[in-house]
Amino acid sequence: MSDVEIRDLHKCFGKLEVLRGIDFTVESGQVVCVIGPSGSGKSTLLRCVNLLERPTSGKVFVDGVELTDPDVDIDAARRRVGMVFQQFNLFPHLTALRNVTIAQERVLRRSRAEAESVARTDLARVGLADKADAYPAQLSGGQQQRVAIARALAMNPALMLFDEPTSALDPELVGDVLTVMRQLAEEGMTMLVVTHEMAFAREVADRVVFMDGGTIVEEGPPGQVIGAPRHERTRTFLRRVLNPTHVDTDGA
Amino acid sequence: MTVPGAEPAARARLSPRERQRISRGVQYAILVAAIVALALLADWPAIRQAFLNAEVAAEGLPELFTVALKNTVIYTFTGFALGFALGLLLALMRLSPVAPYRWIAAVYVEVFRGLPALVIFLMISALPLAFPSFWLPGGVYGMAALGLGLVSASYMAETFRAGIQAVPKGQMEAARSLGMPYMRAMISIVIPQAIRIVIPPLTNELVLLFKDSSLVLFLGVTAGQVELAKFGNDQSSTFASPTPILVSGITYLIITIPLGYLARRLEARRDGR
Repeated sequence: MSDVEIRDLHKCFGKLEVLRGIDFTVESGQVVCVIGPSGSGKSTLLRCVNLLERPTSGKVFVDGVELTDPDVDIDAARRRVGMVFQQFNLFPHLTALRNVTIAQERVLRRSRAEAESVARTDLARVGLADKADAYPAQLSGGQQQRVAIARALAMNPALMLFDEPTSALDPELVGDVLTVMRQLAEEGMTMLVVTHEMAFAREVADRVVFMDGGTIVEEGPPGQVIGAPRHERTRTFLRRVLNPTHVDTDGA
Repeated sequence: MTVPGAEPAARARLSPRERQRISRGVQYAILVAAIVALALLADWPAIRQAFLNAEVAAEGLPELFTVALKNTVIYTFTGFALGFALGLLLALMRLSPVAPYRWIAAVYVEVFRGLPALVIFLMISALPLAFPSFWLPGGVYGMAALGLGLVSASYMAETFRAGIQAVPKGQMEAARSLGMPYMRAMISIVIPQAIRIVIPPLTNELVLLFKDSSLVLFLGVTAGQVELAKFGNDQSSTFASPTPILVSGITYLIITIPLGYLARRLEARRDGR
């Protein structure tokens, strides 16, 4: 059964058409990485999957529920989908532990004790058991992002969305976050990841989707899309990303 | 078009620094002369008799604190509490996707921000005449809280709206993506952060309200309900001396100056974080 199914998705911001008909699926337990130049619609696609952006047309199914159905309980549907943001978006007025417990208590109606026990388990999973009482401002970017992952995991999501989770991090902190994500993938979590980390996509993804100009240009196993891209646009993009000091500035 | 620097060089032999020193010396001299003139011309015994009459001031004790200041504080805080709740509600209405809510909030803010507080108090005092069956809990206390609450709500609504809008959009998105409904996310995530942001302007509002509580005298208060300004005024007529007015003025400052200091402290702490 597929966890995510997207059919003919369009999204316009005013006159700007950001997504021009996207069709794809993510199977249960799969890791799909979405790559592509900035402005290609990757983040918008991800944000349409949990309806942070309302699609202009098309259908989005998550876990068998059509989110684009106007009568669907969107809050209930979102509980099954974890989201990790580029800018972490931790709640700055709450401790790391409280960041992880608050939605469990307010949304899932877990008791304080139960929520805290789940939170401590998930903080340990991301390697931050000792930071439970720290406030976000006291944590490094990498630690904040891992708390954000624990916060999403605590809701027992069927699917995790990652929107460029390492793009706002200092280079030496990227590895900690990617390690946690790799570990999640190995545990069988269904993941949809927008990323610029080609090494991660190549090693962890089951499938890589290359987007440009609001459409999917090509998709397939990472060895094919990253290793031996068939389209010229994919090849140009990969050259620029993998070897940024030798970009041919005449073209594009 | 003049050539920069050419004209001053031709005219003045004094450097800018010397000119500034002379100018400042003249200003100090004028200031000192004015103070000396004031001290010499003032009729000190008469001033002391009128404004610093210790016997008259003592007549006001302990009621100055036990009744007048106490009532001022009660009027201020009940009004502030009502204004806070109503202001927060109006701010949420102002940001609501439901258009009529936005209109109601906008009209409310424009009306109550535009009317003098005095006019609102006069209208509230007329309420029992207009609606004989109208009953407000707490009598004068209820009417005072209503008047001050209605006025301050309009200001606080705008303050809260600015505070809510100052919380990054990602906070609401993160809360919604965890499955929180809009209002839940507002209450648990956005509003606590917004209130932290608006504590300094809210403290200012509290100071303003503290002073506006003097308008309660237009509601027609009994001796037990009197607040600082009316207390000073009444005592002043009783003893035919302006001293009580000065005393109640100073009593206001005893509260407002520390409050203002507190507001600055809170602001500094927020910026430091």
